[in-house]
Parts: sequence; C-alpha cells; structure tokens
Amino acid sequence: MNSEKNVITVEGLHKHYRIGLKEKMNDSFLGATLDFFKSPLTNYRKYRSLYRFDDITPDQGTTSISGSDNVIWALNNVSFNVKRGEVLGVIGNNGAGKTTLLKVLSKITTPSCGRAKIYGKISSLLEVGTGFHPELTGRENIYLNGTILGMRKREIDGKFDEIVDFSGVEKFIDTPVKRYSVGMKVRLGFSVAAFLEPDILVIDEVLAVGDSDFQKKCLQKMESVGKHGRTVLFVSHNMQMVTRLCSRAILLERGQIKDDGPADSVVAAYLTSGRVRSSERVWKNKLESPGGDVARLLAVRVKNDAGQVLESFDIRKPIGIEMEYEVIKSDYLLLPHYNIFNEAGEWLFTTIDTDPNWRGRRPAGSYTATAWIPGNFFSEGLMFVQSSLFTLEPRTVQFEPRDVVSFQVVDSLDNNSARGDWPGTMKGAVRPLLKWTNDYEKPKF
Amino acid sequence: MINYITRKLNSVKNIDKDRSEEVTIVEHRSGWQLIDFKELIKYRDLFYFLVWREIKVLYAQTILGFSWAILQPLIQIIIFTVVFGKVARLSTDGIPYFLFSSVAIIPWTYMSQAMMESSQSLVQGQHLLDKVYFPRLLFPLTPVLARLVDFGISILIILAVAIYYRVVPTWNLLLLPFFIVLMVSIPAAIGLWLSALAIRFRDVKHAMPFVVRMLIYTAPIVYSASSIPETYRFIYSLNPIVGVIEGFRSCLLGTAIPWSFIWPGILTSFFLLFVGAFYFKRMEWLFVDVI
Repeated sequence: MNSEKNVITVEGLHKHYRIGLKEKMNDSFLGATLDFFKSPLTNYRKYRSLYRFDDITPDQGTTSISGSDNVIWALNNVSFNVKRGEVLGVIGNNGAGKTTLLKVLSKITTPSCGRAKIYGKISSLLEVGTGFHPELTGRENIYLNGTILGMRKREIDGKFDEIVDFSGVEKFIDTPVKRYSVGMKVRLGFSVAAFLEPDILVIDEVLAVGDSDFQKKCLQKMESVGKHGRTVLFVSHNMQMVTRLCSRAILLERGQIKDDGPADSVVAAYLTSGRVRSSERVWKNKLESPGGDVARLLAVRVKNDAGQVLESFDIRKPIGIEMEYEVIKSDYLLLPHYNIFNEAGEWLFTTIDTDPNWRGRRPAGSYTATAWIPGNFFSEGLMFVQSSLFTLEPRTVQFEPRDVVSFQVVDSLDNNSARGDWPGTMKGAVRPLLKWTNDYEKPKF
Repeated sequence: MINYITRKLNSVKNIDKDRSEEVTIVEHRSGWQLIDFKELIKYRDLFYFLVWREIKVLYAQTILGFSWAILQPLIQIIIFTVVFGKVARLSTDGIPYFLFSSVAIIPWTYMSQAMMESSQSLVQGQHLLDKVYFPRLLFPLTPVLARLVDFGISILIILAVAIYYRVVPTWNLLLLPFFIVLMVSIPAAIGLWLSALAIRFRDVKHAMPFVVRMLIYTAPIVYSASSIPETYRFIYSLNPIVGVIEGFRSCLLGTAIPWSFIWPGILTSFFLLFVGAFYFKRMEWLFVDVI
C-alpha cells in the first residue's frame, strides 16, 4: 500500500452562512399594526434569504469576498491534502470553522463552493452516541448507533461482545439507556465508535467527556487506530492530545488555514499567538501588586531556555520560572521560592532560591530570580505556580499568591523522551528520565 | 450528480489496485437531481433500525401499549357512528354505519398519523441531521413504514366488525394489497413535500393538525361518495384519499369497485410522490443550514 497517496484532497473549500437579519421594531401603534399585517411577507423574505446567496460572488483563490455583511464565511478558501495513515489535528479558536470543516467533509452540510475528494469509506464521530434513544436498551442502542455510524447489522453482530466488553456496562445491557448515568452512556457510545472500521475517521472533540480512566482507554484505542494505517482527522481544544495523537496539524483562523505543519510546532505557534497569556503576569501598578513592607512582587513569567515566554513546553526541554520583585527595605535575609502544583491540585514540589551569591542579607533594589527546571522532569499536563517570598529573622510572609501563572507541559512521542518506546499513557506526578543500567548474562545450557 | 461522478471515477480509476475503493466528491450541489437508489440500498440496515426504533418507542412506558392502535380508531368509529349514523343519518348506500365507517377510518387513521409524523420528521430529527450523514430521504419515510404496524393491528377491528355483520369475503379482497400500496404512497408523498417545507418554515407544524382535521371531510369517510354530484366527481376524486377509501370499502365489503373514483387519485398520488422526491432532493442541501 502506498502511504504517500492522498486520501483527502480539499481544494478551495468555501462555506458561508447567513446570520439572521435584525428585527425592526416600530414604535407607533399604527406602524406596529401595519407591520403585523405585513409580517408574513417580511418573514417569508427573511427566512428565504437565509439560504439565498445570489448577491454573493466569492473570488476563488483569493480571500477578498464581495457580498453583504450579514454573511459569515465559516470556511474561506481552505485547501489541503491528507495522506493515507496520517493523523491530522485541526485546531483553532471557537468559531474558526473547525467543526464546519468536519461537517463538510462528512457530507452533513454542503460547501458553498470548492470541492473535496475523499478516497475510501469515511465515518464521522461528531458526538458520542448519536441517535441513542433513552427508551431503548443498551443492546438496542448499540445496533441503532452502529448502523447510524455506517456499520452493517452483520458487522455489529460480529463485534457485539467486544463492544459490550469494551464499554464495561454488560450488567445493564438490557436496561433502557434512560436509566444509565451520563458516564455509562458515553462509555457505550464510544465503545460502538471504537469498533468502526472506516478508512478515514473524523472525530470532533468527543473525548472531552467521560471519566478520565475511560478517556485514557479511548486514547489508547485511538492511538492504535492511527497505527493501523487509518487516516484520522481530529478536532480538539486539548493541545496536549493533539500533539500526542497527531503527526500533523492545521490551524484555522476565521475560516482560513493559518498554519499547517508538524503538530507540535503548529500547536506551539498557536499557543504563543494568543493574546491572553497565562504564563506571564505583570503588575504595572505597584499599589496592586502583592507584597509586604520588605518586598513586593512585580512580575512572574515562564520561559524556555531561549528566553521566550511560552504557554506550552516540550516535555524534554528545560523550563525557567522567572520572578521579578522589588526589595524596599535593605538587610533582610530573603527566601524567594515557588510551589508547583499540577492540574489535579497536587503539590508537586517546592523550590527555593539557593543562589550562593545571594544567601546573605540583600540590599534594596529590583531582583529577577529564575528557577530552572530541567527537561524530562514534569509529567504532561497543566502546571500552576505559587510564587512566594519569606523573610527569615523575623520570619514573615511578604507575598505568596497562588496560581499566578500556569503552563502546559506537552508530551512528545519521540523516543528520546522518558516514555522510551511506550506509546500509551504514563501515569505519575513526575516523569523523570532516569539512567538505567542493565547487566546481562548469557543463558548457560 | 454526485453519484454520477462517483461512478464515472470508479469506472475509469486505476489508482489503487489492491482494493476497490469508493470515491466521494464533496461539492456544492443544488438544483434538480436524481434519487440515489444505490445509496439507499447501502443504508437499508439503518432504515430497518430507524423504523424499528420508531415502533419500539411509540408506546414505550404506556399501560395499554399497542392496544392504543385499536383504541384510537375504535373510539372514533363509535363517535362517528353516533353522530353521523344515528343523529345525522347520513346515507351509506344501505350499509350499516358502523361497518361503513370502520373500513374507512382504519386506513384514514394510518394516513393521517403517518402524514403528521412524516411532515415533522426532519424537524424532530434535527439532532441527527446535524450530527451524521445518511440519506435524508430516510427521515420522512421512516414514520410512513413504522405506522404500518399500527395499521396491521387495527385491521383486527375490521375483522371483528366483518365477522359481526357476517360479511362474506369476495374476490375483490385480492385487490386490497394494491390499495394498501396506494394508501402508503399518500403520506409518503405528503411527507416528502411537507418535511422539506417544515424545516424552513415551522408554520407547517401549526397548520398540520388543522389541515388533517379538514382532510377527513374531503374524502368519503363519514359520508358516501355517491352523494357527490356527477359533475364534480372527477375533481373530487383527484384527491387520492378518495380512491383509497373507496377501494378499501369495495374490497372489504365486496361491492363493485368504483374505478371512476379511484384512478384520478392514483395519478395524483404517484405524481405527488415522484415530484415530491425530486423536490426533497433539490432542497436537501440546505436542511442542515436552516434548522
């Protein structure tokens, strides 16, 4: 099988919607009465105009669009190719056109112009448990949902036991789904989807539900999906998942492709382009900054070894946490330190400024202290920083705000990270890359 | 159009030799297009499960269950017998009123319910419509088939009434399957038109119950067709419901089949069905966008 072959080619795809027109309100009684009698005609025109696009002429190949202003271009000249076996992540802000793209590709909605060619059977998973009916039993819903997703009855017959087994709800398989908990419904829905065997799988943010254990199970299943030479299109807000599952990513912004390339670089570019940055906090107004009578905090930022402030960091690279503070009163013994917490709120560690040059009493002035956390130390996930400063003799707390900054540690599937050749999930609060040694003895036969 | 291209590509392609691969082309399509029967066949398992779901769910968590399929038409028959048979004393060509209205109300109940549900099928199924692709034609056709179960059950009423009045079956009965097909084609045709319309204009939802109530008087359900003046009979029988009711009556009661009341309706119903399917296909592309 030729893996270089394109299984999806998208050329100049456009999709526009017309948003509802503004309602006009008449403030005179006579006018309102007239409007009431005219309303069927105006309503008819209004609803009709929702799908009439005669006034719009998209210039193919360019981004300039002529047309009225109540038209939204959900997709604007999108072109890309996907090769067989590729796992493509689609990222972007809300309303960037990600879901519209998936809907167009899975034939749910038609493009306004442009075209996409898809080679092979495509299945789309825009939701877990599509078509589940609460009155039907788990067993019945497996068949219903399976056929909705494009499976044949015979196919489901063959996989039925596996599906039930994967979902872990075998005890309730003959109970109406309305008596299920949300988690059970999601499990059942995902289990059906997990046993789909399309050439191309289109997935939209469906893993954001369910308990974390089951999520992990699904991730493993999905990873194995990608490795069977199946092509996957994956929309997600979870950057961690995108970098981990996808080899390539495209970034959509207002219906256009902004970036296309290796998943980790696209994700990194996306995260750094955001206006709101949570990995940097600066107090411009000194009166509002946290602090006591000896010292006050001015800024905290998280940066890489090149000094760039980033939102997400490669798990293999060192991370510097920088704190800028002002010492107002001289000759105190100061103890700047950080407490690092993970997403679950677990206190991972505390690190104290141990710079030998500044162990003594410090003069007034501004200081910038950076703690360097080595690469291959954190586990993947979101980390939160508590930045604090104590004085010793007498012991006082000058500042200790929690969650001042946060940053994302992103896993790498490269085999030079701590995960070695293991493709699955790795638990644990930290993930150090340790030195392993082996002794070997030949069998004595 | 899309399938024409698909087929064409399939026939000329030699891209991938190791498996016969389907090629889908996604592009804008509006205007008139053919119905893709190949695709419909591909989705027959889904169609089966959709119909089956509809049947399963219809009387879920009810005490009477499928007895409703008998109770509803039965009560209507009794009321009509009292009001139109005993009080208004409408002419029935000498047939006992209870028997006369039974054979008409059973197919009418099916047609009116299937029509109502089919016309709302897209609006009610908008959640599915928005999340997954399968031939949109399955939406309006599902209730049309699912309601046949009710119809089958309510046939028991006709059976019981026929036995009570000692109606002897005649050779006419052999034509009944034909009238059942005609009966099914009416809600299918109406459903195709109205479901496509209802997704854009929700007025259909408010108009339907009213229209269906009116429709009962456009067909010889409570009265006899012979009371229609000769000159208007042709126009009157363009309504396909007339043909179904007259057909049922003569098949089950063994009276002469009044073809002059039946054939105009056959033409209109198949015309409506055919054009309705094309209209539906023409509008199909915008369903999701205007929900």
